[in-house]
Amino acid sequence: MKTTLQSTVIATVSATALGMSALFAAPAQADITVAIAGPMTGQYASAGAQIRKGAELAIADINARGGVLGEKLKLEIGDDACDPKQAVSVANSMVNRKIVFMHGHWCSSSTIPASDIYAEAQIPMATVSTNPQVTERGLKNLVRIMGRDDQQGGVAGAFIASQFAGKKVAVVDDKSAYGKGLADQTAKGMEAKGVKPAMRESVTAGEKDYSGLVSKLKAGGIEVLAYGGYHTEVALILRQAQQVGLKLAVVGGDTMSNNELVTAAGGNADSVFFTFAPDARANPAAADVVTRLRADKVEPDGYVLFAYAAMQLFQQAAENAKSVKYAPLQKAIAGGTFETVTGTMSFDAKGDLKAPGFVVYQWQGNEYKVVK
Amino acid sequence: MGQFIQQIINGLTLGSIYGLIALGYTMVYGIIGMINFAHGDIYMVGAIITVTVLTLLAATGITSVPLALLLTLAIVVLFTSLYGWTVERVAYRPLRGSSRLAPLISAIGMSIFLQNLVQLTQGARVKPIPAWLPGGFELGTLDDFSIHLAYTQILIIASTLVLLVLFTWLITQTSFGRQQRACEQDRTMTALLGINVDRTISLTFMLGAALAAVAGVLVTVYYGVVDFKIGFDVGIKAFTAAVLGGIGSLPGAMLGGLIIGMIESFWSAYLSPEYKDVATFSILILVLMFRPSGLLGRPEVEKV
Repeated sequence: MKTTLQSTVIATVSATALGMSALFAAPAQADITVAIAGPMTGQYASAGAQIRKGAELAIADINARGGVLGEKLKLEIGDDACDPKQAVSVANSMVNRKIVFMHGHWCSSSTIPASDIYAEAQIPMATVSTNPQVTERGLKNLVRIMGRDDQQGGVAGAFIASQFAGKKVAVVDDKSAYGKGLADQTAKGMEAKGVKPAMRESVTAGEKDYSGLVSKLKAGGIEVLAYGGYHTEVALILRQAQQVGLKLAVVGGDTMSNNELVTAAGGNADSVFFTFAPDARANPAAADVVTRLRADKVEPDGYVLFAYAAMQLFQQAAENAKSVKYAPLQKAIAGGTFETVTGTMSFDAKGDLKAPGFVVYQWQGNEYKVVK
Repeated sequence: MGQFIQQIINGLTLGSIYGLIALGYTMVYGIIGMINFAHGDIYMVGAIITVTVLTLLAATGITSVPLALLLTLAIVVLFTSLYGWTVERVAYRPLRGSSRLAPLISAIGMSIFLQNLVQLTQGARVKPIPAWLPGGFELGTLDDFSIHLAYTQILIIASTLVLLVLFTWLITQTSFGRQQRACEQDRTMTALLGINVDRTISLTFMLGAALAAVAGVLVTVYYGVVDFKIGFDVGIKAFTAAVLGGIGSLPGAMLGGLIIGMIESFWSAYLSPEYKDVATFSILILVLMFRPSGLLGRPEVEKV
């Protein structure tokens, strides 16, 4: 009886497996499939939406001009919700869909585990994740089209030392790979300028109540909060600080460029400063894309133009390599120089951007402006 | 000292919210002996409906705070209790009488379903509302620390007190309360005495959902931000509160909520915000080691 049962099970499983593989081996498409991945849902979904907007426009533009190597591009969208486990399963499913290029992921804690899978499957990727570990692991298939947190933290630390000289600064992170990395680097950047953080704390991302932290900051006489993490928590901390009459200036990283921060903070985030790549909207190369996005009621801030640039990078690399196969494509990306909407890009041996720049911005009403 | 008093205020506020939600867990457990894991998500649904209602009210020009608040409460409680009723009807009633695990799994499924429903219909983005009841009193300064009591905090603590009184009256003095307590003790016997058990259970679910809805309204007004995932965290904390106070005991749920609120508030202000959840759950474990039935719970008598 047992053997019969076993063989039935085996038969069923293998039949299913056969059916599955038949499904995956669906007729080969002539199109070239590229992909984006990031938080399309969840707490940071607004960043995913930015990536999607930029990538979709880029693909439409490239296809309108005849595609890449005479073939049309098709976009696959992966949703990792900034969850490392989900990122790994997204990566596996992307490998099954035979993508030839990936722009993503977004959260460093997703990019790091997912990149191992793309590396093994030999899929080149371009990411905006800023944690140093993204490129420090020697992966050949990966380039970063944004600066690193050690650069970002250096700029933020120097800014805090000069702008808020003599004020008490607390360094707080959200325990994520990105947040903790950035906070550590910012603290290092401050210490390099001779300013010691008065307080070092961590919070749990995704919570709503930060009144304990706020109270601790207030009791410690903190006036400046250097925060490593995402914008949704900063919005809540600002609201709750206001409630107990604590005036806080916040210095954060690139994720604060999301305008959701302003609405979630109750309409006023003017005390938030952040480091981000030089505003690509001002680039002459981006003028046309910016106008069309705005006509479509999409403000090309945050990561919109980076996603557009990643697709341009892929197109130019594929055309230089005259192939979308891994070896020539990877070589073309690693060794090439690309003209994109966010500026000229080329990469060092680790895959980091050769000429990254971070600028300090401040929210003013509904838009962010460079701090002179 | 100033900070100490501030944290008592913050802890009371947080604890009231946990307590309101914990009441729903404990009531449902009392009557049908299951943990309604979808309860946290019912609270989330309440909070999301609050955002919609407040936005609609603002659009229709109703700006008087008491009027808008009462209208919002009425509408949100109505809709959320409907959710509570439906969840019981669809996911739990068909499974009544089956093994104890079946409704539990069904509850977890319902929780996932509700989260995804809201995510799909309302979007995944965080929903902010403008500061709706800003300001508060400055109670004075002690040791260089000015103590603030926000209007929203008064609102939360006062509403919880009122609901608690109302609720105690409902359970101890009314005929519905008698029926409810009878169902808790022995459903079969209660049915034999001519009491509609199904109706009583449905009403219990609706009441639990109504309390969660009130918590949803209060939280939305207090924090100003809501998304589809807020039910999970708060749900677990409220469940912990119910267990800490003794699951099945109504005053226990409230007490458990307040204790957890206080622990979180003091731990994060004086020790480390990073480890406040660790502290909360460690205390839960300690209490359960020495009082397995919770602080105010009665030791369970095995029913045959």
